Amino acid sequence: MLGNAAIARGAYEAGVKVSAAYPGTPSTEISENLVNYKEIYSEWSPNEKVACEVAIGASMAGARSMCSMKHVGLNVASDPLYTVSYIGVNGGMVLVVADDPGLYSSQNEQDTRMIAKAAMVPVVEPSDSQEAKDFIKYAFELSEKYDTPIIMRTTTRLGHSQGLVTLEDRVEPTDKPYERNAAKNVMMPAMAKKRHVYVEKRLKEMAKDGETMPINKVEINDTKLGFITSGIAYQYVKEVCPEASVLKLGLLNPLPMGLIEDFAKKVDKLIVFEELEPVIETAVRAAGIECVGKEAFTVQGEYSANMLRAYLKKETEIKAPASVPNRPPILCPGCPHRSVYTALKNLKLHAAGDIGCYTLGAVSPLNVVDTAVCMGSSISTLHGMEKAKGKEFIKDWVAVIGDSTFLHTGVNSLMNMVYNKATGTVLILDNSTTGMTGHQDHAATGKTLMGEPTYAIDIYNLCKAMGIDDVREVSSFDQAALTKNIKEALQKDEVSVILCKAPCALLKGMKFPNVCKPLPEKCKKCGACLKPGCPALTKNEDGTISIDINMCNGCGLCKQMCKFDAIECVER
Amino acid sequence: METKNIMIVGVGGQGTLLTSRILGGIMLKGGYDVKLSEVHGMAQRGGSVVTFVRYGEKVYEPIVEEGTADVLIAFERLEALRYAHFLKKDGVLIVNDQRIDPMPVVTGEAKYPENILENLSKEIKVYSIDAMGEALKLKNSKVFNIIVLGLAAKHMDFTKEEWLKVIEETVPPKTIDINKEAFIKGFEF
Repeated sequence: MLGNAAIARGAYEAGVKVSAAYPGTPSTEISENLVNYKEIYSEWSPNEKVACEVAIGASMAGARSMCSMKHVGLNVASDPLYTVSYIGVNGGMVLVVADDPGLYSSQNEQDTRMIAKAAMVPVVEPSDSQEAKDFIKYAFELSEKYDTPIIMRTTTRLGHSQGLVTLEDRVEPTDKPYERNAAKNVMMPAMAKKRHVYVEKRLKEMAKDGETMPINKVEINDTKLGFITSGIAYQYVKEVCPEASVLKLGLLNPLPMGLIEDFAKKVDKLIVFEELEPVIETAVRAAGIECVGKEAFTVQGEYSANMLRAYLKKETEIKAPASVPNRPPILCPGCPHRSVYTALKNLKLHAAGDIGCYTLGAVSPLNVVDTAVCMGSSISTLHGMEKAKGKEFIKDWVAVIGDSTFLHTGVNSLMNMVYNKATGTVLILDNSTTGMTGHQDHAATGKTLMGEPTYAIDIYNLCKAMGIDDVREVSSFDQAALTKNIKEALQKDEVSVILCKAPCALLKGMKFPNVCKPLPEKCKKCGACLKPGCPALTKNEDGTISIDINMCNGCGLCKQMCKFDAIECVER
Repeated sequence: METKNIMIVGVGGQGTLLTSRILGGIMLKGGYDVKLSEVHGMAQRGGSVVTFVRYGEKVYEPIVEEGTADVLIAFERLEALRYAHFLKKDGVLIVNDQRIDPMPVVTGEAKYPENILENLSKEIKVYSIDAMGEALKLKNSKVFNIIVLGLAAKHMDFTKEEWLKVIEETVPPKTIDINKEAFIKGFEF
């Protein structure tokens, strides 16, 4: 079972009733698997803050609830997080937060344990699929016992690895009754002051009780070498040093310091082996215990068994890797984003970018996207540029944002442009899905996570309703229309929105009846068709081109690039 | 038994995930402890992708590390070269003899290495197949990955019937027959 599937199973067995999430690698499959359990209501929310608040409401009403997100999603949800920490729970509540050491698909490498510490929210961390299922069940027990939300922290390697899992039955929890309790559920200063006292007391209690919690495991073997570790890093320790003593922590906040001190006394040399930030190590050192930590192991990227072998000077047979060209990710053949970026490139424009597949417009051969910060940031960074340098400065700029990202937080930024009298052109790249995370529905697709048809938010009219007069709609594959509309919009001294529409080429049910075919006899070998960087095209030795029929989706972009009609679009 | 390490490498979108699920399925049938590790997200968009499968009595880490792979299954030549150093001394490379240019090669920033398979053969055991060509003979270019898996299956400890059963249980129902046919094509290559 995939780690993320095991988390969904654990939630089911724990009797969860409500789940909300926004897709984000490496957490997406949790919600996708929850759909298999009809007893659970699960939804895609427009963003993580909303998802967290949905879970809070469900918990306040008395049901067990959860929300899941990637690490940077917790930043969006941090406003409710810091305060629900004070409020606590009625029905148990767990936030599953997936970190991404090594940045497989993220914009930073932040460590959720640090945020949890600041928010004074307890953290549990599993080390394989079985524990992912067991720990989330235990987390719900802890949540209700200590009146606190719990964060279950995972990592990419945990969520995207499969291991054997023993299944158990679902516990049907009886919903707790809802009772009005303003002193607990309304966080005004007078109430919050008292709750803060409780939060501190709760953490002290949990740190003490943590010494006997079954999720913390002491394995005393040879005591010459002892490891304190958690999560996937534990597996690397076992792989390399099965003979060593290990304290495997399942509770990462608050740390069970008594247990740690006791373990440290039993071993001669202590190594703290944890991915990302030195969270355990800092606490160990603060307690006056000597250990090996980040001076030997990096705060960056994923750990591995070989990293530990190298430190311990264990023999390995590692040959140097061959020197080969990189293979960075690229936009797919037939991707509508490539077409829009080609139009922008031809107009020599800069784009303030955002988070999604279309961030790939920043790299060769498109090189159109200049900035990318976080979800929804494209529109507001363009706005900031205009305010700093004037409206003439952004006459060769646009903001680009996907449909799902626009609904996530971009919509606030657009509202801000209208309110604060901005000018500027915003391209909403509407491919009818949340593309990069693997095609999840959102508020404008007309379908819920559970597969039910629903009202599809009309992005065109949403922009109109904000008071934007100049809203246009073009096909993402129509180069002439894109060029004309972008040029016109940039001339205006107002906010313009261009809705660039064409479905993602990977969307389920997409049919591609056509295919592009080169006509070498007409080819002038100018290479214009190759400029957008479609992977289906390759240059032959004589300068003409070949098009891989298995890759080509017949989008016709290369045909539009050719001035000599040397590419035709024909039925497959 | 010692833990066995298998890797599947290729270009995002080539179907490494399905192949690894079939592998995981057959290991389970064999009664082993199994761990698999996959890549999701951005790299799936045409990037270099790698999947690890480990099986044995008790498996700890889910990834295969440099110098430890028993079998390396590569869906593309350049990817075979990129990960060849993961093989252990007597490990075998199963490779789909196909070239997909990465973007730095397309844009002229880098050159696609020449004679990859010939050079690798000097140091390791290489079994190659033009799986795309074979798949087109079956009139379905998508099943080339299962043809490669069929060839790789000869280097693992399971019977043809066991493999076919797992394929039946793993692939979408409508594609069972074509996938079985593809597997046999590779297995009997």
